[in-house]
Amino acid sequence: MEFPEELKYTEEHEWVMVEEDLAVVGITDFAQEALGDVVFVELPAVGTVLEAGKAFGVVESVKAVSDIYAPVSGTVEEINDDLVDAPEIINTSPYEDGWMIKIRMSDAAEAEDLMNADAYQALIAEES
Amino acid sequence: MKKTPLNQVHRELGARMVDFGGWDMPVQYSGVIEEHLAVRHAAGIFDVSHMGEIEVSGDNALEFIQRLTINDAAKLVDGQVQYSAMCYPEGGVVDDVTLYRFKDTHLLFCVNASNTDKDFAWMQQVLTESALSNVVLSNRSAEFAQFALQGPQAEEILSTLTGVRLADIAYYHFCEGEVAGIKMIISRTGYTGEDGFELYMPSSTAVEIWKQLMSAGSGYGMLPIGLGARDTLRLEKGYALYGHELSREISPLEAGLAWITKLDKDDFVGKAALVAQKSAGVPRRRVGLMMQERGIPREGYPVFAGEREVGVVTSGTMSPSLKVGIALALVDSEVAQFDTDLTVAVRNHRMRARVVRPPFVK
Repeated sequence: MEFPEELKYTEEHEWVMVEEDLAVVGITDFAQEALGDVVFVELPAVGTVLEAGKAFGVVESVKAVSDIYAPVSGTVEEINDDLVDAPEIINTSPYEDGWMIKIRMSDAAEAEDLMNADAYQALIAEES
Repeated sequence: MKKTPLNQVHRELGARMVDFGGWDMPVQYSGVIEEHLAVRHAAGIFDVSHMGEIEVSGDNALEFIQRLTINDAAKLVDGQVQYSAMCYPEGGVVDDVTLYRFKDTHLLFCVNASNTDKDFAWMQQVLTESALSNVVLSNRSAEFAQFALQGPQAEEILSTLTGVRLADIAYYHFCEGEVAGIKMIISRTGYTGEDGFELYMPSSTAVEIWKQLMSAGSGYGMLPIGLGARDTLRLEKGYALYGHELSREISPLEAGLAWITKLDKDDFVGKAALVAQKSAGVPRRRVGLMMQERGIPREGYPVFAGEREVGVVTSGTMSPSLKVGIALALVDSEVAQFDTDLTVAVRNHRMRARVVRPPFVK
């Protein structure tokens, strides 16, 4: 199981890559494995305003629907169109090709409050 | 939780386990989609030992079964299997079952795992009320382990372990014979829509037989299959699942099981209610829904015709074979015609769906 050091993490198993005031968001290796085969992803439209902690979309496996939560507040700048036709990319490449949205953050400090890789790994160990 | 004899084996295979009706069962091993496609294209082996087996024997066994069930058991010959159901007096379903006739004084029901105790108590109650003598009921579930071996390669794989001429076992027929030296029931039945077999063996032999089958199947692309793929496989074929398409509140006529409901049979439990429902017009019907836009219909999602709510999804998924959302739904009879355009409420969208006749995958 992977926990890239350069990323930040949430308790709901999203990861964030911070590039100045842009946050790239996806779900973690732990999350994709727990979900099983991803068959559908519903993402917000570009321009949608998101609030940290609120659900912004859904990732569906064969059996279940899971909400995805905004790790930070801001405006959706870009969404990953590849996931429309090939949602399974989230399983095979959760941290790279499986990125979901990019948020132009309204408060970059929110990203600093997120967990680092070690803290997230400890959380996973507790949950397992 | 209850465990089948294979519990440790599933864990060693890396299965993800879930609580299914009080049983600790594998929901997937390598992945639902991979397992599903293996059954469609090669073969899969399922541990279904949690299912129940209830034996009915005695001189009046057949007469009792005729009163208990909705299909016509008198049509069975020795070695034949019948899909049937038991109904409540009000017409709702107690359980759907498969019925095995060894001879007219010895028959065996295979019942859903989540209903075994309920079914056995129900059968005892119906027997008492019938005042029939010479009928013995026996809940033999703990004695049996059961595997399903399904897929186009199933017969070839099984033939490597048995001298029984499998080609002679017709669909919905069974025999007793040896597999890997163990005497068991070999039934050409299944819940996947593929060719294949269900094997009923003594619980104490289950682990060894599983290992033999896994070994025999390894050169054919056979995989172990969990409950996740079991559900997507049966859904692609339009097969009912108790608790979804069938329940106490849903009659067999509503659920698409009129074909096993023999209203011209002598009296059986629920007959009067079903006759009345048929003559008044069955108010709701099970339909297949094929999504016309990207979205996955799920159990409980409401179904609309225009602005009018007309029913509910009873089972839904993304079809691994078709890569489109499919569902079984219970809707008002007026909108149940094939090719009717309906919508399914998926979260806060209404997504277009078309009424189709199952199976979704031929």
